Amino acid sequence: MNAANLAMREDFPILKRSANGHPLVYLDNAATTQKPQQVIDTLADYYARYNANVHRAVHALADEATQAFEGAREKVRAFIGAAHTQEIIFTRGTTEGINLVAASLTSRIGANDEILITELEHHSNIVPWQMLCERSGATLKACHVTSTGELDIDDFHEKLSRRTKLVAFGHVSNALGTVNPVDELIHAAHKHDAWVLIDGAQAVQHVPVDVQALDCDFYAFSGHKMFGPTGIGVLYGRLELLDALPPWQGGGEMIEHVTIERTTYNQLPYRFEAGTPNIAGAIGLGAAIDYLNGLPRPELLADEQALVALTISRLKQLPGVRLIGDPAERLSVVSFLIDDCHPHDIGTLLDQQGVAVRTGHHCAMPLMQRLEIPGTIRASFSLYNSGQDVERLVAGVEKAIDFV
Amino acid sequence: MSLDLDDIREAFRYFDSWEDKYRFVIDTGKSLPTMPEAARIPENIVRGCQSQVWLVTHQRDGKLTFDIDSDAHIVRGLIAIVLAAYQNQHASDILSFDMDALFDELNLIKHLSPTRGNGLRSMVARIRHEAKQAA
Ligand SMILES: Cc1ncc(COP(=O)(O)O)c(C=O)c1O
Repeated sequence: MNAANLAMREDFPILKRSANGHPLVYLDNAATTQKPQQVIDTLADYYARYNANVHRAVHALADEATQAFEGAREKVRAFIGAAHTQEIIFTRGTTEGINLVAASLTSRIGANDEILITELEHHSNIVPWQMLCERSGATLKACHVTSTGELDIDDFHEKLSRRTKLVAFGHVSNALGTVNPVDELIHAAHKHDAWVLIDGAQAVQHVPVDVQALDCDFYAFSGHKMFGPTGIGVLYGRLELLDALPPWQGGGEMIEHVTIERTTYNQLPYRFEAGTPNIAGAIGLGAAIDYLNGLPRPELLADEQALVALTISRLKQLPGVRLIGDPAERLSVVSFLIDDCHPHDIGTLLDQQGVAVRTGHHCAMPLMQRLEIPGTIRASFSLYNSGQDVERLVAGVEKAIDFV
Repeated sequence: MSLDLDDIREAFRYFDSWEDKYRFVIDTGKSLPTMPEAARIPENIVRGCQSQVWLVTHQRDGKLTFDIDSDAHIVRGLIAIVLAAYQNQHASDILSFDMDALFDELNLIKHLSPTRGNGLRSMVARIRHEAKQAA
C-alpha cells in the first residue's frame, strides 16, 4: 500500500469500525462509497450555521445558503468540464437524471423512432426508456453483450439506424466493471443524428470525466458514489438541447410567472429543479469534489487498478472460482461465482468475517439472463482500498469455499 | 430426516464461534430433501430478493406438511430449522409458534430481518397465511 492510499484512509472514519467482530473491509463501493470527514463536516456545518431555503433571498442566511448551493453547481461544472453552469441540473441521483431526460423527451419521440440501449445496463438505464417507449410507441433495442462481458460493437453499429433517436449506455458497468468504448459509441450515434445519454454512475469516482471532450448530450451521475451524500446527483445536458426541452415536474423554483390559466417557466437550470432542492446534499457534493480535487488521483487510481488485478489473479488460484466477465478494460469491479454455491451463501459467510461485498443481480437482470447466471458475488474497489483488503477478501472466500 | 427443535436448541447452546454455527446450518441444509425439478415452478416460488425459495403445502388429518427448497445452502439450513417447528403441525400450533423468538434465541435473527433479501421472512409469512386458511 502506498502513502497516498494510507493517508486517504485516514479521512474516512467509518473505515475504522468493525463488522461482526472483525475490522471492516468495505468492498461494496459500486453500491455507494463511504464519506470523508470533510464531507461529513460540511453537512454538519451547513445545518449548524447557515441552513436556509435558497434563492429569492432577503436575509443573510438565505444569501449564504444560496451562494454555497450555486457555488457547488460551479464546482460540478468544472469537475466534469461542462461549458456552462446552466447545464448542471441537480437531481436525486443517476436514476432521477435519466428519468428526467426520458420524461422531457416524450414529445420529441414518435412511434417510428427507436431508442438504443445495451444489455449491460443498470435497471435505471433500462426501465425509464421502456416507459418512454410505452408512452410514445417507439421501439427499444439493446446491443448484445459478448461472453467476456463487453459490448458487441458490430451489433451496436447494426442496431443504429436513421430511426435511432437516442442512444443510452453506461460509461462503466456496475455489474462487471467493463469500461465501454464511449468515444466510438458517441461518434457512431452522432453520425446517425441520435442523442447520447451516458450513465456515469460508476465512472466519476474513479476517472476524470470531461463532457465536452466526450461530446455527449447528457451525462448522469450520483453524488453518493463519489464520496458525496446520498440523495443528490447531477444531470449534465448540452445547453441547446436542454433549452429546447419542456420541464418534467412542475412546482416552485421552476416557474417564472404563474396564473391560474398558464405558467411561464424559469430559465435553465431551474426549469428542471422543481421544489426545494437538496441544498445540504448539493453543498456536500461540492465538498466531495473539493476533496477529490485535492487527491493525487492518477496515483490512487493506479493503485486501485493494481488491487483489482491482484484480486483477479488471487481468486483464480482458488478451487471452483469462476470469474464473470473478462473485459479488456475494467474499473473497480470483480464479479465471480463459486461452483455449486449460491452467491448469497458466500456473501453471508464473508459478512461473518467482516468483509462487505454485494451479491445478486446488481440491478442488471437482463445482463444476468444474457450470461445465464443467477447473479454474482461482486467486490468493488475504491481509491481507499488496500492490499490488506484484498488479502482479507481472498482469505474469506477461501474459508467460505471450505464451508460449503 | 427431520430435525428436532430441542436438538437444535441444544446444539446452538454449545457453539462458541460463528464458524460452528454456520457449519451446522449448512450441514443441516444438506439433509433437507430436495424438491423435484417439476415442483420448482414459478407458482411455488416465494418471493425473495436473492436466493430462490419454493414452497408446497399439503394437508393431512388436520395437519400441515411442507416441501420447501432453496438454491442457497444457508437458506436451506434455515428452512430446516423453520421446519423443525412447523412440519406436520396443526394450523393452530403453527400460528401460536413464535418464530422470531426462536431465531432470536439462536442468534440468527438477522436472517429473518426484512432487510436481508433471502426470502425467509416471506416464507414464514406464507406458511402462517396457509395455516390461517386451514384453521
Ligand atoms: C451503472 C449505474 N447506473 C445507475 C445507478 C443508479 O444510481 P442511483 O441509485 O444513485 O440513482 C447505479 C447505482 O447502483 C449504477 O451503478
